[in-house]
Amino acid sequence: MSHKVIIPIGPYHPLQEEPEYFRLYVEGEKVVDIDIVIGYMHRGIEELSEHKHFDQVPFLVERICGICSTSHPLAYVNAMEDLAGIEVPERALYIRTIIAELERIHSHLLWLGLAGHFIGYNTVWMWAWKYREPVLDIFEMITGNRNHYAMMKVGGVRRDIIDDDIPELKKTLDELIPAVNMFKGAVMDDPVIQARLKGIGILNRQQAIDWCVVGPTARASGVNIDIRRDDPYAAYDKVSWNVIVEKEGDIFAKTKVRILELYECIGIIRQCLNKMPKGAFDADIKEIPPGEGIGRVEAPRGECFHYVKSDGTNRPIRHKIRAPSYVNVASNKVACVGGTISDAAITLAAVDPCYCCTERVAVLKKVDNKKILNGWDLIKLSQEKTAQLKEGLRDGKSG
Amino acid sequence: MNSVNLIEDKIKEKLGKKILEWKQSSPRRVYFSLKKEDILETAKVLFKELGLRFVIATGTDTPEGLEILYHFSLDKTGVIYSVRVLIEDKKSPKIDSIAPLFPGAEWIEREIWELLGINFVGHPNLTHLLLIDDWPQGKYPLRKDKC
Repeated sequence: MSHKVIIPIGPYHPLQEEPEYFRLYVEGEKVVDIDIVIGYMHRGIEELSEHKHFDQVPFLVERICGICSTSHPLAYVNAMEDLAGIEVPERALYIRTIIAELERIHSHLLWLGLAGHFIGYNTVWMWAWKYREPVLDIFEMITGNRNHYAMMKVGGVRRDIIDDDIPELKKTLDELIPAVNMFKGAVMDDPVIQARLKGIGILNRQQAIDWCVVGPTARASGVNIDIRRDDPYAAYDKVSWNVIVEKEGDIFAKTKVRILELYECIGIIRQCLNKMPKGAFDADIKEIPPGEGIGRVEAPRGECFHYVKSDGTNRPIRHKIRAPSYVNVASNKVACVGGTISDAAITLAAVDPCYCCTERVAVLKKVDNKKILNGWDLIKLSQEKTAQLKEGLRDGKSG
Repeated sequence: MNSVNLIEDKIKEKLGKKILEWKQSSPRRVYFSLKKEDILETAKVLFKELGLRFVIATGTDTPEGLEILYHFSLDKTGVIYSVRVLIEDKKSPKIDSIAPLFPGAEWIEREIWELLGINFVGHPNLTHLLLIDDWPQGKYPLRKDKC
């Protein structure tokens, strides 16, 4: 008779910035159920926002996430501009697009590195983060900060991108292309990575629709949605690019979508730099009328949604925020069940959640409580599986 | 523009007199209100029959009662249809859960339940999501009176 074993993952892990807690129910090697417990990072930002005036809110919502930190302010200013019917100067729209796409590049590279680490490719981890570094340097050059750029404000942007900075920006992008080419080759043509990621953690199209997932998680399952194209904001209706959609729904498809999106990001930024007109980058806002507005942004992880209601005072009376991970993390309930423990770490990480956690892993056998694994063991299990695959492949070739 | 009109006609045709008020605040933002008893039927029409994507729901404490806005997105046209319902009874507010229709609505109903105290009838697992499990009963952080 098999007995269920519970593996708690989380809530804290030094690798990641956000704690979540997954309780895996395991029979033998197989994951049979999962509980997802969140709330460790609940800071009451929706309530806090009701106590800030409209110009302070972007700084508050920027601190929701440390990785996609410009998506929230951008969604918020979109909502405010929808509410008040504000015309934004064209230059500001282009600057917003450039910042948002640079952010997507660094976010996807960050995920690629972490994913590599989880399956035992620490070289990919180091490389990805090495090539992410110049993007952060670009942010520092044009906004003053490597993260939390504070660029968005209602009616425009807070800082212009000066002409002197543009050659350096272009040069960084040019240098990034060979790196992305290398990742594309290293990940997509590697038989071990294919063996580790193909057919694992599948979220099929119907499940993706029922769980309302967004972003690369949805696009890897054949759901063709992208807010940049569907509900264009900033300058996305003025540039051309492709929406990457894959059908398989496994982790390999999610990886492929993100890697191919890097090329599109670079293309969008180049077009913006060429098309960006001179002129004002900030509109003059007199007052915010009573009403309600909705703003959406395609963040690196998917649709970021902000709803703002105003009663004519200088503060929102309701500000609802839905980050993409809110729906994507919930879908782990189906993606993880049925897989093995050694695939759990990468499956849970595959939606690119503002994820956290595998440090305090303890395998507790319900019966005797004897076997306690320490923090790194879940990642180790995952890395060992890759090593075994590599060995098997080598033996197969020599034999 | 045609496909926008097409889907709007379909919504109006299928829901008919259930729609109390229809307002288009900007080209891609539509708000319409319903009686709270009609929400399950409406969610079924929008999500299952017309294929709209459920984005999220916003719960608000207003002087008239507790309001829930269910945001549905039609990704082909980029229009968000926000369905507004008002629950006047603040003492023991309740409404039908739409989570049995699709699991994507489970978390947000749990969140509204704990933050605003609205009981979702028929929800498969109405437990705390963001707040700790031993949060005091009857304390709702997003109520304006903090009752």
